[in-house]
Amino acid sequence: MSVTKLEPDAQGHFGPYGGRYVPETLMAPLEDVERAWMQSREDSSFQAELSDLLKNFAGRPTALYEAKRLAEALGGARIFLKREDLLHTGAHKINNCLGQVLLAKRMGKRRVIAETGAGQHGVATATVCALFGMECVVYMGEEDMARQRLNVFRMRLLGARVVGVGYGSKTLKDAISEAMRDWVTNIATTHYLLGSALGAHPYPVMVRDFHRCIGEEARAQMLERTGRLPDTVFACVGGGSNAIGAFHAFLPDAQVELVGVEAGGHGIRPGEHAARFHGGAPGVLQGSRSYLLQDGDGQVLLTHSVSAGLDYAMVGPEHAWLHDQGRASYTYCEDGAALRAALQLSRTEGIIPALESAHGLAEAIRRAPGEPGKVFLVNLSGRGDKDIDIYRAVFPELDGDEPAGDTPQGGTA
Amino acid sequence: MSRIGELFTRKRAEKKPVLIGYITAGDPSPERMPSLIAALERGGVDLIELGVPFSDPVADGPVIMKASERALAAGMTLAKVLDLARAVRLQSEIPLLLFSYLNPVMRYGFSKLAADAKAAGADGCLLTDLSVEEADEFVAPLREAGLDTVFLAAPTSPPERLRRVADHSSGFVYLVSRTGVTGEQSRLSASVGPLVESLRARTALPLAVGFGISTPEQARETARLADGVVVGSAFVRIVEAQGAGPGLEPALEAFARALKTGMEG
Repeated sequence: MSVTKLEPDAQGHFGPYGGRYVPETLMAPLEDVERAWMQSREDSSFQAELSDLLKNFAGRPTALYEAKRLAEALGGARIFLKREDLLHTGAHKINNCLGQVLLAKRMGKRRVIAETGAGQHGVATATVCALFGMECVVYMGEEDMARQRLNVFRMRLLGARVVGVGYGSKTLKDAISEAMRDWVTNIATTHYLLGSALGAHPYPVMVRDFHRCIGEEARAQMLERTGRLPDTVFACVGGGSNAIGAFHAFLPDAQVELVGVEAGGHGIRPGEHAARFHGGAPGVLQGSRSYLLQDGDGQVLLTHSVSAGLDYAMVGPEHAWLHDQGRASYTYCEDGAALRAALQLSRTEGIIPALESAHGLAEAIRRAPGEPGKVFLVNLSGRGDKDIDIYRAVFPELDGDEPAGDTPQGGTA
Repeated sequence: MSRIGELFTRKRAEKKPVLIGYITAGDPSPERMPSLIAALERGGVDLIELGVPFSDPVADGPVIMKASERALAAGMTLAKVLDLARAVRLQSEIPLLLFSYLNPVMRYGFSKLAADAKAAGADGCLLTDLSVEEADEFVAPLREAGLDTVFLAAPTSPPERLRRVADHSSGFVYLVSRTGVTGEQSRLSASVGPLVESLRARTALPLAVGFGISTPEQARETARLADGVVVGSAFVRIVEAQGAGPGLEPALEAFARALKTGMEG
């Protein structure tokens, strides 16, 4: 199926989704961000500074790696990994943070706030703030702080203040609400560096554009290496920034299948997962209209995923639009399958992936045996160091003084 | 004219300010609400904002946020808020403004809300996170049903936005006194005066000021500038402190009276 429109309308609508649903106090600040971003796109000095930072600070372009041992073990499709995990700070998030911190500087802001789930966006934000000498405050749900302790410490080491959010589900959603409350209170001095393709316009399209390089590079690299486009692109979808960044360059290539993988958590039952296209319905949360996990009264449901970065009740609006048009399809992967995929990649390729990225990988692993001759591209959005505490808990047989060398039986968390 | 419009017209003729009280519906319990509202009315509250609890109240500070959690835990829903409006109408003609986030209303359906809210005796609706840009599908059915639509004007709103906010509003315009979330503060924001003046130049609608007004002195100061004064978190804090105890209604009534006396003094 072809996509007729790649850009939202002037108010940030992707079809019926997106838009700007915030208290009036935030409308003018959002217009300011939009104006600065539009100007920056036309400004060659801005683009040159960003390109330089992406290359020399973050490490772009990232490698495209063929996972031959993994593919061999599965028997079937060839699998290529886009190695966003090799970027500075360990995930794709730095692309957007570098773009937005330059914008913040242009807008004369001295203070940057952010929300974080897995902590990768928080670390990337703290990193760019250190680089530019800006004050940095990161909001993080207390449950996420407990399961991503390494990243909490990294942020503090980088000079950021990490503020725990102890209400609601104590995860990403509540961190975003708290960041919005901070922003509305401190708009004169503060830029809200939102970390996913979520929220009010212009964030979904702006964040996507800062991540478009993922798909643009991967598309060119695939052509160079294989002389063809991939048959299928896989990416995990929380808010959906790594996925939209990976998908966007392929949208006009109608023959390329695009697959987003949401968090199936413990299974598709209310409160047990974060698969918005499997039980969600259009709604409005935190600035945007999109698929939302909600009850019959319009209250937002709690979510669960072993992966903090996918544990969120709403999906980015452009994904909702691609879903409805049939241009991308969205499936889900449960906790156990993601953990097993992470282990398999570690053992076959020497790459420990982030739990988020393991969701996209798991779907490629599931499908590969049945699709010989096909070429898969998986966006490996982040590395797994931050998840070591979770892996240790799930694979206890690898811990302790004399760990067994065998394949662990875990992966059922 | 709506009950809200009549109220402001009457008070303007009397040269008296309107006292608007916000409470979160369902806190401390759905059953207790009619008696709370009666107490506020006895104490001098002229218009009730009935807060529809929402799971993710991004515009609210901790006091109202916690009240929303308590109300949701007590089983409050938008449908039950309309039941409450119906119950209040059996005993009172006090204007009732539904005060909600968008998602519960969108889930309920704008047209269905318009019909059901009108039938229940509610007088209008304000949606905290609905910008005027996205408001058409909300405003049309409500106005058609004879309900008022109230929008927020903020200190950050440029003149062009103030005009659009006024154009989409009926009954009154709700001015946010300061940048920030709901909650008490020690002194009135300096941005109120210029915001009132700027809106006066653009609309004949009555203007009410809220966010952070929590003492009779602040209410008096605000009443000198605007037609109405909104007090929310300070009432909700009383509900938080008293819980379902017998002192709740007397405390609300006494505080409302203190505010009213302060405003009119």
